[in-house]
Amino acid sequence: MSNAALASWDNAGDEGRVLATLDRWRNDPTHLVQVLREVQEHLGWLPPPALSLVARKLVLPLAAVRGVAGFYAFLHTDPAGRYQVLFSDNITDRMQGSERLMESFCSQLWVEPGKVSEDGLVRVDRTSCTGLCDQGPGLLVNGWAIPGASPERLAVVRELILENRPLEDWPHELFEIADNVRRRHVLLGSDLRPGEAVRAALERAAAVGRELAANERSWREGIPGDSQGPLAVLREIELSGLRGRGGAGFTTGAKWSACRAAPAHTRYVVCNADEGEPGTFKDRVLLSSHADLLFDGMTVAAFCVGASEGLLYLRGEYRYLLESLEAVLERRRAAGLLGHNVLGRNGFDFDIRIHVGAGSYVCGEESALLESMEGRRGIPRNRPPYPVTAGYLGQPTIVNNVETLCAAALVAVHGGEWFRSMGTPRSSGTKILSVAGDCARPGLYEYPFGVTVAEVLADCGAERTLAVQVSGPSGHCIDAGEFDRRIAFEDLPTAGAFTIFDDSRDMFEVARNYVDFFVHESCGFCTPCRVGTSILQGIMAKIGRGRGSLHEIEEMTRLNQVLQMSAHCGLGHTACNPVVDTLKRFRPAFERRLQSLRFAPDFDLDGALAAARRATGRDDPGAYLEQET
Amino acid sequence: MSKRPTFILDDQEVPFEPGQTVLQAALAAGRYIPHLCYHPEFRPHGSCKVCTARVDGRMMAACTTPASPGINVESETEELNDLRRMLVQMLFAEGNHFCPSCEASGNCVLQALGYDLGVLTAGFRHMFPVRPVDASHPDILLDFNRCVLCELCVRASNEVDGKGVFALSGRGIDKHLVVNAESNQLADTDIALDDKAMEVCPVGVILKKRVGFAVPIGERRYDRAPISAQALADAPRSPEHKK
Ligand SMILES: Cc1cc2nc3c(=O)[nH]c(=O)nc-3n(C[C@H](O)[C@H](O)[C@H](O)COP(=O)(O)O)c2cc1C
Ligand code: SF4
Ligand code: SF4
Repeated sequence: MSNAALASWDNAGDEGRVLATLDRWRNDPTHLVQVLREVQEHLGWLPPPALSLVARKLVLPLAAVRGVAGFYAFLHTDPAGRYQVLFSDNITDRMQGSERLMESFCSQLWVEPGKVSEDGLVRVDRTSCTGLCDQGPGLLVNGWAIPGASPERLAVVRELILENRPLEDWPHELFEIADNVRRRHVLLGSDLRPGEAVRAALERAAAVGRELAANERSWREGIPGDSQGPLAVLREIELSGLRGRGGAGFTTGAKWSACRAAPAHTRYVVCNADEGEPGTFKDRVLLSSHADLLFDGMTVAAFCVGASEGLLYLRGEYRYLLESLEAVLERRRAAGLLGHNVLGRNGFDFDIRIHVGAGSYVCGEESALLESMEGRRGIPRNRPPYPVTAGYLGQPTIVNNVETLCAAALVAVHGGEWFRSMGTPRSSGTKILSVAGDCARPGLYEYPFGVTVAEVLADCGAERTLAVQVSGPSGHCIDAGEFDRRIAFEDLPTAGAFTIFDDSRDMFEVARNYVDFFVHESCGFCTPCRVGTSILQGIMAKIGRGRGSLHEIEEMTRLNQVLQMSAHCGLGHTACNPVVDTLKRFRPAFERRLQSLRFAPDFDLDGALAAARRATGRDDPGAYLEQET
Repeated sequence: MSKRPTFILDDQEVPFEPGQTVLQAALAAGRYIPHLCYHPEFRPHGSCKVCTARVDGRMMAACTTPASPGINVESETEELNDLRRMLVQMLFAEGNHFCPSCEASGNCVLQALGYDLGVLTAGFRHMFPVRPVDASHPDILLDFNRCVLCELCVRASNEVDGKGVFALSGRGIDKHLVVNAESNQLADTDIALDDKAMEVCPVGVILKKRVGFAVPIGERRYDRAPISAQALADAPRSPEHKK
């Protein structure tokens, strides 16, 4: 350990803070990620004595604690500087000039990207999409989000850093994030009062004429026939045809029924607010402006499946929402919408806790999310068992997206039939699209399922559109010939990202940015994804240097097969999609970079001799190799 | 006694006990499916993906897929062996494997898999990572250049030795092994020569000092018989399949 590291650990004060944090999480090893995140919030990083103390108190091997700390992008086991400035590196941030901004920011501060400044003041680096594509380029300073980076705003940030001003004193205006809702429908336009959906669910249950007074153990144990009340609500969810909004589109009713039917000690409702897919930001807006609707949805879910605890997994990038969300929860507790006997209903106990992520896209995968919530590295689990039978702490758990739960709250109020009347036969209801990229009006657009890509492009003022990336890099890239296709599970399924590229864009660079994303976010568990994404990155770099050949193109097709066939989770399965889609539709973007349509060596033999030529002062023809091209 | 349930593996019936995975049942029945991170004494892991098979049309890791009655498993196909060759090539590309100078040569599962599957070329561009050796311990050497991240040492140390000497840190291509000491030096851990973790490394990472080449090359484990045969010899076998 370096002296600097030791010096930064002040025995009395810091140890007390770490112990207090541990206490607050009841010295429970399943809260390790929360403990580490909070310790870092106090100390700026995770110095070795802090990790040792945490390991000791949680009775975990130090190696395991370091393993967890080393997994999450926002946890630092090396001194990270008093200010950590992370530039969001999604393709839309780049299109808005993030790379140049970062370069000039670094040079003005005299720092190298990724390295802490000599005086330990600041470190500047990149991070995956921060969910601010509609108002990019995005920035995180010590974990707090700043939208709309510009030379002027960055000058302010620089001054604040140089003045060593604590973040609390920074002008609030820097951190203001807009909702940018452009088109409202039933969900973004909902004006339900807090608790209205929960109330509606309880009334629906009562209306079936089987109000169970006293201790309702039966519905908690999930013995269907004996618990007509919650079942009536569940039936509406099933009738609505609601499918998951987080990507896979699994039928929500089926998921809830399976969880309800699974034998349990406790059941859990988990809201997946990890929203890591580059280009999506709809959950951000739902969390900041429709939190009550979401918590209503979670409470309705709990009522249906017989759960007593809810967990919201909030991505680290949305840390700034934590206090306001906690305040909403507190208000709901005071109003009897959470806690013991919710709304006076005997036996209906339900409360919600927030777990903040620490920078990892895979943690959005539901089983990795559970691992992370249990205090481990966010590695997707082997299945079966599925979370509905053995999820959080081994108990039956439903994991749902933010938008799914909001939609479920609407169903509880208006009924399944109403919901089903919107959208298409296999995709009922509405979908919120996170529109960003080359268009006049980026932001959120809510449509009934079945809307065509062309309609969305017209509404948001997109012109000369070359391509649209639907559902982010793990989704599909389509070109102008396909803009009459429909957003729906029948045609173009989506988790929400709708990223637009006009004809000034180079689709090779787009694909390359997405490949870099997957390399950065692969959890590294399985061979094909860990090694394959890295090989793919190498190939893209080689082509980018103008040294590729057809061989590289074939190699990428082969890698795609390996990943499709053997990767452990959806990240690996889809990691080659951007390249494969772009190759199919925009092949010239690749081919004009190829040096040869046959084989091209990556190594420039003659170039390697340049240093020797300089050293020997030779420049005669004999000092050069003839190169075959 | 009622008849044991069975499934189909490459057109032949394989009986299984409830609770067994496809790979476990196959090995117990004397049928080999190539694998690397699986070890009969530890909970299946499913990370190396070498045992990938087609189960009722879907690609699954045979080591973690529960055996169930009537499922149809394809393993010994050109498509799957091609995949396995590429996975082995990926592992070779990821680390620094100089087999001729390696103490584990002839005892190494990665090398033996390569031979058995007929891996003849590098396949992928090698990455040549920089992975310093840990020689701090008086009796034990850790040469991380060869680590294939199978977590067998992690599992052995946690589950059998109860010590947690090893863990993984980092993620993606930066994933790497760490040891249980603030210094991250093996000498500062409580590892012992008779720990289970000392035995399980399938490649040449965890090595005893001063016993190198005690068995000459040419007479080592996989020099005597290919890994497919050795794996079956190691597998817990049901009596009717014991020779
Ligand atoms: C790599 C990966 C990342 C994911 N990220 C998210 C995410 O950020 N938010 C989300 O709701 N679902 C995400 N999912 C999907 C979840 O695993 C899961 O299907 C979803 O949360 C279920 O909720 P739903 O049925 O309401 O859609 C991800 C899946 C994978 C494979
Ligand atoms: S596919 Fe990638 S992200 Fe998923 S488990 Fe494998 S290494 Fe991890
Ligand atoms: S050291 Fe050996 S046993 Fe441990 S993870 Fe690496 S290869 Fe596997």
